[in-house]
Amino acid sequence: MRRWVLIALPYAWLLALFLAPFIIVLKISLSDIALARPPYMPQLDFGAGLAGLREFFAALDFENFWFLTTDDLYWKAYLSSLQIAVVSTFLTLLVGYPIAYGMARSAQEWRPTLLMLVILPFWTSFLIRVYAWMGILSTEGLLNQFLIGLGLVSDPLTILNTNTAVYIGIVYTYLPFMILPIYAALEKMDESLLEAAEDLGCSKFSAFWLVTIPLSRNGIIAGCFLVFIPAIGEFVIPSLLGGSDTLMIGKVLWEEFFSNRDWPVASAVAVVLLLILIVPIVLFQRNEQKAREAEG
Amino acid sequence: MAETAQKPKTKSTAPDQAFEPWEDPNAKPLIEFRGVTKRFGDFTAIDDLTQDIYEREFFALLGPSGCGKTTMMRMLAGFDMPTAGEILIAGQDMAGIPPNKRPVNMMFQSYALFPHLSIWDNIAFGLKREGRGSDAIAERVEEMLRLTRLERFARRKPHQISGGQRQRVALARSLAKAPKLLLLDEPLGALDKKLRQDTQFELMDIQEKTGTTFVIVTHDQEEAMTVASRVAVMDEGRIVQVATPAVIYEAPATTYVADFIGDVTLIAGEAKAHESVVEEVVPEPEVAAPEPLVAAAEGERAPQPNALGEWLHDRLLTRVLGPRKAAPKLLPAPEVAAVVEAPVAAPKAAPTEGLAIHWAAGQPPLVAANAPPDWAGKRVTLALRPEKVAISKARPEAANALQGKVIDIAYLGNISTYHVELANGSMIKAQMANTRRISRRDITWEDDVWVSFSDTAAAVLEE
Repeated sequence: MRRWVLIALPYAWLLALFLAPFIIVLKISLSDIALARPPYMPQLDFGAGLAGLREFFAALDFENFWFLTTDDLYWKAYLSSLQIAVVSTFLTLLVGYPIAYGMARSAQEWRPTLLMLVILPFWTSFLIRVYAWMGILSTEGLLNQFLIGLGLVSDPLTILNTNTAVYIGIVYTYLPFMILPIYAALEKMDESLLEAAEDLGCSKFSAFWLVTIPLSRNGIIAGCFLVFIPAIGEFVIPSLLGGSDTLMIGKVLWEEFFSNRDWPVASAVAVVLLLILIVPIVLFQRNEQKAREAEG
Repeated sequence: MAETAQKPKTKSTAPDQAFEPWEDPNAKPLIEFRGVTKRFGDFTAIDDLTQDIYEREFFALLGPSGCGKTTMMRMLAGFDMPTAGEILIAGQDMAGIPPNKRPVNMMFQSYALFPHLSIWDNIAFGLKREGRGSDAIAERVEEMLRLTRLERFARRKPHQISGGQRQRVALARSLAKAPKLLLLDEPLGALDKKLRQDTQFELMDIQEKTGTTFVIVTHDQEEAMTVASRVAVMDEGRIVQVATPAVIYEAPATTYVADFIGDVTLIAGEAKAHESVVEEVVPEPEVAAPEPLVAAAEGERAPQPNALGEWLHDRLLTRVLGPRKAAPKLLPAPEVAAVVEAPVAAPKAAPTEGLAIHWAAGQPPLVAANAPPDWAGKRVTLALRPEKVAISKARPEAANALQGKVIDIAYLGNISTYHVELANGSMIKAQMANTRRISRRDITWEDDVWVSFSDTAAAVLEE
């Protein structure tokens, strides 16, 4: 009995907070737009009994999903999100790996402090931090003042409201998610492995390439997924830092819901986004499981 | 302990000739430390050390932790550079040569196997860096797998095999490149005792088969004595004594070495010339030798013909057998030399010219024949190995005999160590082989006993 309760608990959690909302969104995506409240048809009428239920299901169709393929805005937005997510994941890795490596090689007594410094930005609101970047990146912002003051540029650079600003925002926001798993993998590594590699004829660089990188592989993969998955649906960063030509699916979704008030199409966009994300999520889970098995 | 000291260390190609290149003034050393000093901050790990190590040697660096033995090894491998002095390998100065350019491989204490590579790839790692052809690599890896009996595990990952197997993979990997010199950093520390003993013999086998020079770092004196052709005992960044295991054990240079290697009783006292000739101190076999041999040493009469027999021979048998020879009156004495302990070089003549060490009031002076007579008047320490001390209830016929009481008995199965307290409170350890079953042992706690040893049993050390 107790065993069943223990197993049922996470499933109930999953059912209430993931599956039920997903079914509601899926149902809305199969409905039609209506000038009503809520703004879609049909509504399930429990009073009509079995006939009402049959009528309800007959009214559902895949019209909205079909619509997503007719307008090139949507697939362009998906592709562009994918591209921005891939590029910014790669950039985060480039910035995050040296930081994680430096932390793992630092003196033992410094590590907790460094770890806290990585987590410290979370103590401030995410929105405020993104607004702060607007202050830094705008044409009259701190960065341009600094560069002009140094005489490096004569005219202010236009960074805010471009894709560059979006990349900067994503890399900045998700950097801790990249650093932490890589640091965890590197910290566990026995340094005598590097000495052994050198002893067997490796230069310092090839020892890094042949030993350190493979041994931190699981950390790299975990970090990349932890950045890639939220980045692809990101909404706040592109809408605050991005320009009018920054096309990301999160922004499209928001506009469908709140500007067009077309809930069924917005829901269809969300369902497709979820389907796209299932692939990396499953891959991520499998990587985690393999890492656990290798350790155990 | 004793059997390791007697083990022959013949490692040269001619089996009957001892392998002792350090005795040959023309031999060229493989490794030369010349005035090497290594400091970490203001801590001196190695202090002006000069030492040669020869090709095909199995050289052990032995000492407590922090004595600098690991630093010496890391300097050979190239992970640490000397602060002063130079290290030569095969005549070449190693200064500034990184680890990956040295003809040296190392077996790490933690084994440092690459966890992401299979056993096969671990062993092939160094070969691949040399850029050999894949066929040559495969052949060499198979050879190393055969040598270390790991063929069945080639495809496994390091975490899928046992500790002993991991140890062999580490050995195979470090030998794969056929280095001139193999460094072993506490190679057997992680193994349990039984496996460690087996592996020690395996290591010696492999060292003889490959002909590689091995330098082993260990804090386990038994391990060093078992495997090494020479042992260097280290203390605080200096080498205190370098010698074969037998010499280290039987003739330690200092009390530090005597105390560090094996079990020992140290007795400090003042040496005086030993003048009086004591009848019972005539050269005799080792005290612990069994009784019948001592009796035999006195000689036995051979059968002699009587007068009738002589008359018969002269009358009748001379024509057939030739003239009668006078038969020896006595049988030759049995071979005593085999029983008397071997390694002590000092003269074993009558103890008129030995030393008498006065060490405690109310105790008889101890006689030692194996020390230079001109040490008389100096303060010396006797280092006495327990297995050279006999214990008995009756007063034995020995050069040195002291009376005491049994305080403790350490029963080790094959031998027992008796802790005997003398009247003045000092403690002497005596060891006896348990040739009888324990129930028939006649000496037990609180018994009054005699401990005795010959005049050459103890090593005499100058203070």
